[in-house]
Amino acid sequence: MAGKDRLFVKGNEAVALGALAAGCKCFFGYPITPQNDIPEFMSKALVEAGGAFVQAESEVAASNMLLGAGAAGVRAMTSSSSPGLSLKQEAISYMAGSEIPAVIVNMSRGGPGLGDIGPSQGDYFQSTRGGGHGDYRLFVLAPSGAQEAYDMTYEAFDLAFAFRNPVLILGDAIVGQMKEPITPRPPRKDDPAEGLDWRLEGFEKGSRKNRIIKSLFLNDGELAGQNKHLQAKYETWKKLVRAESFDTDDAELVVVAFGSIGRIAKNAVRNLRAKGKKVGLFRPKTLYPFPAAQLERLAKAGKRFLTIEHNLGQMVEDVRLSVRKYGDSDLFCVYPGNMPSPDDFEAPILKALGRK
Amino acid sequence: MSNAAKNMSADEELVFSRPDSLIDRATHYCPGCHHGVAHRMVAELLDEMDLARNTLAVSSIGCSVFLYNYVDVDTVEAPHGRAPAVATGVKRGRPDKFVFAYQGDGDLASIGMAEIIHAANRGERISIVFVNNTVYGMTGGQMAPTTLIGQKTTTCPGGRCKDREGAPIRMAELLSGLGGVAFSARGSLDSVKNIRQAKKYMRQAFEVQTKGLGFGFVELLSACPTNWHMNPLAANARIAAEMIPYFPLGVYKDVAADGTCGSLAGGEK
Amino acid sequence: MSRITVNEERCKGCLLCTTVCPAQIIVQSARINQHGYKVAEVPADKQASCTGCASCATICPDVAIQVWRSKKPKSAKKTAA
Repeated sequence: MAGKDRLFVKGNEAVALGALAAGCKCFFGYPITPQNDIPEFMSKALVEAGGAFVQAESEVAASNMLLGAGAAGVRAMTSSSSPGLSLKQEAISYMAGSEIPAVIVNMSRGGPGLGDIGPSQGDYFQSTRGGGHGDYRLFVLAPSGAQEAYDMTYEAFDLAFAFRNPVLILGDAIVGQMKEPITPRPPRKDDPAEGLDWRLEGFEKGSRKNRIIKSLFLNDGELAGQNKHLQAKYETWKKLVRAESFDTDDAELVVVAFGSIGRIAKNAVRNLRAKGKKVGLFRPKTLYPFPAAQLERLAKAGKRFLTIEHNLGQMVEDVRLSVRKYGDSDLFCVYPGNMPSPDDFEAPILKALGRK
Repeated sequence: MSNAAKNMSADEELVFSRPDSLIDRATHYCPGCHHGVAHRMVAELLDEMDLARNTLAVSSIGCSVFLYNYVDVDTVEAPHGRAPAVATGVKRGRPDKFVFAYQGDGDLASIGMAEIIHAANRGERISIVFVNNTVYGMTGGQMAPTTLIGQKTTTCPGGRCKDREGAPIRMAELLSGLGGVAFSARGSLDSVKNIRQAKKYMRQAFEVQTKGLGFGFVELLSACPTNWHMNPLAANARIAAEMIPYFPLGVYKDVAADGTCGSLAGGEK
Repeated sequence: MSRITVNEERCKGCLLCTTVCPAQIIVQSARINQHGYKVAEVPADKQASCTGCASCATICPDVAIQVWRSKKPKSAKKTAA
């Protein structure tokens, strides 16, 4: 059907709707706050659409079901929150090493450990630095609200299959639970099974060799070759970086923030602009590949940076790496367990602005 | 079969040769390891039941991770213990395919205990081949959940002690108590008679999938001469002498035989 | 006349076949293959005793044995392995 009228949904529901529109056929999940709307929605809507829903026995099991469906070339998704993502890391490493497409959603909460059920951005390292063992990367998208949650989940499936790689949507409890209008897209029409000459599907004896989807490479030099291949793949992602630049052209200080914090910081920037302060916002939308080149250009133009994030300093490392030829970035942390507001950011921004 | 054609004379017929679905290459398995027999059995059935062209297999972690080098079907390698979950994903994604997983006792009964129980309980339409040799083979002979009381392994060098390590787990029985299981049986590969019976059990474990009845499971008692520190003949003899008394052979659940198979939509108990 | 052939490069010398032959004609030979295993064989003077029962092939983990069975004069029954 053509684009429907706007829907008023939670971010979690937007994720589920985006997945359905993208042709997601299987969902494997497990209950954990604050993302339960996703499996609950899928348990009804996906089944009604003829797909398969499994509430798995654990996040470990769900991530391995995802691995199996992906190996069969089927569009599949799992969702969880921070502690559940920790459980999924082995399967994610295997999917990356075996080149299995998959979509994984993390509505992160406070940590470490059981933490709380509020928002945090404490899984940035886990998401962008692997999280599981080995030298692999996930394509990581960071929505800042329900519309981006929908759009990024929709696009994640195409990315996953284009690159035969897991794609991670990194949201948080704010993005998952906030309710706002979204404009849905028309459902994907073409046959998602096309172009999948690597998938497991069976064959007539003698017509070809059996396909083996694996991450074990024991022979001399084989694993090195596989790793080289994976790194070359990740290099091709560099041209797919995305970020939002707001009022950065004449800004003296650029606030760097992602996800829900990016949206809150934008309000802080607006408020300060109204007071005549020359500040701007740079909001990475892809956390991996990280928009390093764009940040470097801003640094080269003489701007200074304040990274604001809902953790104790994770993305700031990537910001510092990006701008290192020309300068540094200050850091303001919102501690997981505290709920941020635009007013909280004014003083830190002014302080960073004032520092020459 | 070309060798056969060369050698055959007019008054004889070839009655035993390699099944088509078993790739013609030497295996890495130790002398006397029953993986070779189990693999051959799987391949024979895939050919006899005309399933091979539609089969998607899941290999697991252990000596048999290399299943995909021997059985000629599209295969995905699962993380340790997770093969039943991976198989669930494969089958839910492609319910039109025949999906089986092949696991050893560490993979299935230790790290993978949650996955096998829940896949079985859900009645996933998959078939599991469980090779039980009472040790971790690939990693050098450590204690497994099926190691017998008194059996010495590298991590229970004094012999498994019930107070400290618990008793060995009987998987065919354990799974037979779960509602979604349509067939659960234990066979053995130590004698010609047992091999032929085990193959019948494996066929039934495959058939409950093709008939849509539920989860199919066959446990195969096997030897690990290397890690038992025995020669192949002595190791083979241990199966009957020590393993079968604790792990009795037979069918523990068969919904097709006991008339309990209801409709797929929820009539099953 | 029924007979077996042993693929000597695949045989791992496990000798399981020697334990199941009802005619007890399979023995360990003195020949060592490329992998260092002493392979199994049916000595030439014992071959006539083979019944083609395929027990040896059934228990062989390495699919190293092929079995030929002499056809009965009137009916040539095919038997699945």
